[in-house]
Parts: sequence; C-alpha cells; structure tokens
Amino acid sequence: MNLTVTEVQAWLAKFSTAIVENKDYLSDLDTPIGDGDHGNNMARGVIAYEESVAKTTPKDISATFQALSMAMLSKVGGASGPLYGSAFMKMTKATKSVETITSYEQLGDILAEGLEGIKTRGKVELQDKTMIDVWDPVVKAMQVGELDYDMVETAKESTKDMVARKGRASYLGERSVGHIDPGATSSALLFKMLLEVVH
Amino acid sequence: MKKIINNLADIIDEMMNGLAGSYADKIHRVDDSRVLAQNDIAEKRVALVSGGGSGHEPAHAGFIGDGMLSAAVVGDVFTSPTPDQILTAIDEVDQGEGVLLIVKNYTGDILNFEMAQEMSEMNDHEVAIVVVDDDISVENSEFTAGKRGVAGTILIHKILGDAARNGASLSELKELGDQTVAKIKTIGVALGAATVPEVGKPGFKLGEEEIEFGVGIHGEAGYRREKIRPSKELAQELVTKILADYAKKPTKVGVLVNGMGATPLMEQYIFMNDVLHLLADEGVEVTFTKVGDYMTSLDMAGISLTLIDLGDENLVAALQSEVSTIAW
Repeated sequence: MNLTVTEVQAWLAKFSTAIVENKDYLSDLDTPIGDGDHGNNMARGVIAYEESVAKTTPKDISATFQALSMAMLSKVGGASGPLYGSAFMKMTKATKSVETITSYEQLGDILAEGLEGIKTRGKVELQDKTMIDVWDPVVKAMQVGELDYDMVETAKESTKDMVARKGRASYLGERSVGHIDPGATSSALLFKMLLEVVH
Repeated sequence: MKKIINNLADIIDEMMNGLAGSYADKIHRVDDSRVLAQNDIAEKRVALVSGGGSGHEPAHAGFIGDGMLSAAVVGDVFTSPTPDQILTAIDEVDQGEGVLLIVKNYTGDILNFEMAQEMSEMNDHEVAIVVVDDDISVENSEFTAGKRGVAGTILIHKILGDAARNGASLSELKELGDQTVAKIKTIGVALGAATVPEVGKPGFKLGEEEIEFGVGIHGEAGYRREKIRPSKELAQELVTKILADYAKKPTKVGVLVNGMGATPLMEQYIFMNDVLHLLADEGVEVTFTKVGDYMTSLDMAGISLTLIDLGDENLVAALQSEVSTIAW
C-alpha cells in the first residue's frame, strides 16, 4: 500500500462526489427516523471541503484531513458536523508526521483514532444505531487487512434491525427498527470510496 | 409548497438581515456570521447566549435585550448552529465575567455547543452550559437522547437573564439554571405538520380530523394520535399529564401557552381560558401567564402548554421584571 496526499485527496474527492450524488437518498433515509436533512447537511460540508482544498491546496495528508474536519465542523451543523469533524480532527493529529501510509495496519490505526473521536464526542456505543456501527467493524477489518466492499455494506445494513438509542431517532424507540441509519450510510460511502482508492 | 421566500440558499441570511434591519435600535448582525447580538451590552455581567436551528422564530433572537440574552446563534432550518459561529457569539458578548450558553436538549445542539465551549476555553473565555429539557412527553431514559428542550426555554432565558442583570456569577447562573429547568414541564399537541423549505413537503401526515399529542418542535413523533376534541378536553389531557409529572403538586405555577406557528391567537386564548379554569379547579394558583407564538415550529399548527413551579417568589419577580426585547 502506498497512500500519499494524492491518494487521500482522491479518496475524499470521491467521497464528496458520492455524498452529492446521494444527497436525496441520505435525506430520504433521515426522514422517517430523523428530520430529513442528512443529505443536505453533508452535501454542504463536502462542497465546503472541495472549495477549501481548491483554495488552499493542502500539502500533506494531515492538512487534507484538517480541511475536511473544519469544513464539516463549520458547515454541516446538526450532530453529523461535530461527529465527522471530531473524527477527522483526531485523524489530523494522528497523521501529523505521516507522508505515506504504507500498510493496512497503519491506515486502520489512523481510522481507529477517528473512531475514538466520534465515540468521545457523541458518547456513543456499538448497537446504538449510529455511524459507529459502520466505523467500528471497518476499523477492525482494516487493521488486519481484511476490509472489503461487502463488509462495509453488511455493517451499514446491520443498523436496520437496531433500536436507536442516540440522537433524534431514539425518540422513536422500537419504531426506529426497519430503517437504515443515515449516518451509517454516509460513513459507508466514505469507506467504499476509500476501498476504491486503496485497491 | 407555498412560502414567501426567494432562493432557498438565501433564506437564513435574508431572515437575519430582515430581523436586524427591523430592530436596528436593539440588535445587529455580527459581520459575516450567523450571530445576532445586542447593541449595548452591559459591562461587568455574565452574558447569556442561546441559539439553535432556525424555524422557531421569534426564538431566540427575539429575546435579545438587557435582562435576557446578549446574543443568539442562528442555525439552518431545524439544524443546530456550528461551533465556529457559537464561538463568534461568545467572542462578541463576553464582558470578562464569562458566558452562559442556554441549549435545548437535542443531540446536534449539545454536540455543537459543547465543542464551542471547549474551543472558547482555549481563547480564555469562561463558559458554562445550561441544558433545557422540559418536554415531558418523551421518556427520560438511558435509551433515548433524553427529554427535549422546547418552549420552556424562553422562561429560562428570562429568569437567568434577570439574575445576570442583578449580578449573579457564572456559577450561580449555572446552578439557578439547572434548578429552574427541573421546575419546567411542557407538552405539545400538533394539528398539522411543518414544511421545512429545503424539504418542500410536510414532515408528517395527520388526517383531516386527527391530532397528535407530544409532538416535538421539529415534528418529532409524539405519544398518541386521536380525533380532534374540544379545547377543554385537550387542556385536560395536558394539564393532568404535566401536574402528574411533578413529584409534589405545585401550589403556585406560571403558565405559558405557546403557538406552534400556524395556530391563531384566538385558539390560544381559548385554550388558555380552559387551562386557567382547570388549574383553579385543581387548587393551583397561577401567578404568571404568557400566551402567544414564542417557540414556533415553522408553519406547524398546534400549541404547547408549559407549567413552571413558582413556589419560589424570586422566580415570579424574575419573570415579571421589565425587559426591552423584540418578542418577550
């Protein structure tokens, strides 16, 4: 594996495109169990990221992650902004002196920092029906070099049967069952796009 | 969707400019920000900042003024404002005595305001947060994000604003805020859903004659749907449920009847009349009343009822003290 700033930016560019393309789908997922704005909010964030990268051309991986973190923090709002923002802030720190990511283990460890950021900020546990339910298995599989597309998809789908215990969906209790979590879905896009770059 | 707007992308900017332009004697928009702030902030006092998603007007900017808020941070429709904007508000209003953030208990709001608090501490601001969670239609358990913060928030703005004006310190305000929040209980009832401009269709559907108890201020699902009944019976449902939620039935209360946005004042007064009769029957003395659109939900039809235990005379005085704001 050889992920330099070029590949990392390619990854996040793909992620941005995927979010914009799936904007309506993400908002539709958010309608029955949230307030129907996840796609719009995330799209605002990735568009701001693209603008920021075009303007400042970050020189390394860390600066790239920081650009995404700040865009998410300042443009998304809701719960997703601080959660993605915290994840990429932790990953900014974790890549401070990293020029090239050379192994699955190293990439997994960097993502693990991001996961930690989300857990701390959101006080979220596994099975709460949140983005963590995608991040956690993805990080573990990445660390041992076993992550594939199907795994990401399965993790996302697993949120369908869960009862929401965090965020606005939690007010629905049992009625949240049967709906895929929108945050888990946007996170799944993030990791599917990463796989496209890694492979 | 029929709405008096221009480009969707501009609604927040244009609303803020319209507000600031209408009340330029009281408030101004901080340049290039989502912050509306008081023109002349008193020195040597703790400053109060609140905020949240848009769509709840006149909350929160309508409550900026001496004796209430110093600034309001404006998010997108039904979406919490971001930490950098909250930080801008803190920078703008801090007079060196610290800043108290009043936050409605929604996950997004909590996360963004907490991040702003952490960031502001790096800028040497002293910041505390009071979380309002007055909506008792939601069960407060570890399996939910907890009770929501709704119309009762404006009573906290008033009570803490008055205390700050009288020189309370940041820690005293935090303590008073937490104690007072526990005395406030609200339930809403919806007759029809709000339409978020970006979405373009109502957030939920109710039948021609159907109402829903316990709906949140963003159209979150409530606890029961049924056929519309006379105001008296709706009042009975809400008063009974709220009084039962107090560990000890209060002897004196304040009553806030709040319109959700599309319910005429006529109906709000009728409902208030019923509430006052019911409380009299219950032997509960009413020492403060307020009725009108204070914490709306865009064009949702419906009302919420808030009771606050006013056993403490100081709270009555705080609620009744004079303020000059757009909306109190």
